[in-house]
Amino acid sequence: MTDRLDQIFVLGKQWLLGQLQGWGLLPADFVPLVSALFSIIFIVVVFAGLFAITTVIERKGLGRIQNRLGPNRVGLPPPFPQLRLAGFGQFIADGIKALIKEDIVPRAADRVVHFLAPVALVVPVLLAYSVLPFGRNMTPIELEAGLLFFFAVGAATELSLFMAGWSSRNKYSLLGAMRAVAQMISYEIPLVLSSLTVVMMVGSLSLPQIVAAQDHYTGTLAHWHIFKPWGFAGCILFLIAALAESNRSPFDLPEAESEIIAGYFVEYSGFKFALFFLGEYLGLFAVSGLGVTLFLGGWTAPFSWLTWIPSWLWFFFKLCALIAVFIWIRGTVPRLRADQLMGLAWKFMLPMALWNIVVAAAWHFTHQAGWHLIVRWLFCAALLVGPYLIFGRAFEAKVGKRTYRYAP
Amino acid sequence: MNSPLHCYLLLSALLFCIGLAGALTRRNAIIVLVGIELMLNAGNLNFIAFWRFHAGSESLQGVLFALFSIGIAAAEAAVGLALIIAIYRHRHSTNLDEIDSMKG
Amino acid sequence: MTIGFLVLATLTVAGALGAMFFRNLVHCALCLVPTFAGLAALFLQLNAEFVGFVQILVYVGAVAILIVFAILLTRGSEPPASAAVRHSAWWGLWVAVVAFVIMAGTILSSLIMSVAELAKPVPTIRRIGDQLMQDYVLPLEVIGLLLTAALIGAVVIAMQEEPKKNGS
Repeated sequence: MTDRLDQIFVLGKQWLLGQLQGWGLLPADFVPLVSALFSIIFIVVVFAGLFAITTVIERKGLGRIQNRLGPNRVGLPPPFPQLRLAGFGQFIADGIKALIKEDIVPRAADRVVHFLAPVALVVPVLLAYSVLPFGRNMTPIELEAGLLFFFAVGAATELSLFMAGWSSRNKYSLLGAMRAVAQMISYEIPLVLSSLTVVMMVGSLSLPQIVAAQDHYTGTLAHWHIFKPWGFAGCILFLIAALAESNRSPFDLPEAESEIIAGYFVEYSGFKFALFFLGEYLGLFAVSGLGVTLFLGGWTAPFSWLTWIPSWLWFFFKLCALIAVFIWIRGTVPRLRADQLMGLAWKFMLPMALWNIVVAAAWHFTHQAGWHLIVRWLFCAALLVGPYLIFGRAFEAKVGKRTYRYAP
Repeated sequence: MNSPLHCYLLLSALLFCIGLAGALTRRNAIIVLVGIELMLNAGNLNFIAFWRFHAGSESLQGVLFALFSIGIAAAEAAVGLALIIAIYRHRHSTNLDEIDSMKG
Repeated sequence: MTIGFLVLATLTVAGALGAMFFRNLVHCALCLVPTFAGLAALFLQLNAEFVGFVQILVYVGAVAILIVFAILLTRGSEPPASAAVRHSAWWGLWVAVVAFVIMAGTILSSLIMSVAELAKPVPTIRRIGDQLMQDYVLPLEVIGLLLTAALIGAVVIAMQEEPKKNGS
């Protein structure tokens, strides 16, 4: 029973394809194509839905953090106006507003590039989902170099932000685009280096295999990478870099409302703006999904007595937990200054990520030398703490303690 | 199912010559560098195509050559663009016809 | 010749032509993206999965961005006031055309025309890694050294020269 529930989507797709073939609607040659189409539709619908709900939850959560209520008015459309649903109809209203707003293109703008930029953001982001393992046997494409594919596709989004900023012919958007590109290039290096440790330990770039490597249990505890010293450090570095990659607070300099209005999408309105918004959130979900896969065990359960819960549900639990953390961080941490942003990337995260690779190697070789697990754990943790203190201090010394001129 | 080898080679030759034409005709130093990148890419396509159609494709030589070539191209682009920026800072121009003070 | 190849080849060549002959430099740089992506797709078609992804990661993710940055830093994004081509442009074009004719002639008249397609090679990533760490470890080290040198060199060259202190 639990197996059936675990594989419900896989079996459902097979059943649907079988039915279509049985009715003679589907020639055998087109089966892979239609199967891929089902996967695509499923991914788009699920993650667009998640996007819609996340926008409301984020606004409500931020509201709570800032001691206000957040959206709580909009309910269902006219037939049931009395149902308010605690404001969860907000995304419907927002969506309709975005769709029917006028699409304004500035006169000086480069029309073709201005039009292509949102498309060039959403398409690579959606492509990135094709290698994520959403559950047991639920990887849309099982690529051998899945992780590399993810990063390659993610790198392509930087250019779309530049296209948006440059084609608008607006100083603010150009500034935002330059900030965005510089930030994303800088944080891509720690992002890749921190996931490199996982590749080293698992010995594969294939995401399903990385999850399979974490699908063992010692006692009742799972072998997630975050439970190991290098995995813990890698996970933290990865999540910080992921936050910066998706241009979210506290790394939201490219779209800092109070400085450069909205950065690279100042001149976008209506549907194109909605596409940017969608692309940004889908990118966040994708990179969170990658973080879940690499460090948090993908679709595996944390304890062996919880394995009866379907694998895809675990993936979505973890994904939602990460999104909640990101919302929490957004409500808590103030925006960085541009020099602090670069200093963090190059002076702290890059050396830490490089050192983490050495620690991962130490973990591997102490295992071969037959050290006891706890001794290994403490040894590697000690290896990490020293550099953390050194690099952290070096970074801090530059910032210095804040002095107030007029306040006591 | 693949196209025959000579299709890839012709495409690569065409790319190379487009890059060559750009590198020889354009005034802006950056676009000249872009042309050189295109020529390098054409070379990579050749490496991969020959590797794919070569009898000893067990050996992975073509793939590794292409990988090294991509690495070198990246280094070349970084240094080349840094040079162009340095020149621009001195002469306020990236126009190749104007950067000719060494001309006898 | 398959349809897939034709589509990718058209995309690649169109991008390359755009990159070389547009007047606006940012358009040139953006046209590079379809070229690089098309080439990556061609690599995938030739079963070189790994090289294809590296191509996108390095060229679209880094080189294209670098070129765009250089264009903006040198104020090249404004359309040039004078002609975009050099004085000797016709010579350059002729050289390129002649080079293409010679190369195409050589390819079409060579023995390559009769090379048959071989069995699909499977370059697993593990084998690429093994080769890099065994037979090709020296080139790998040299590339690492080269990239480090290029990184430092690029920073040193492009660094703003400090204003000279008085007296020196």
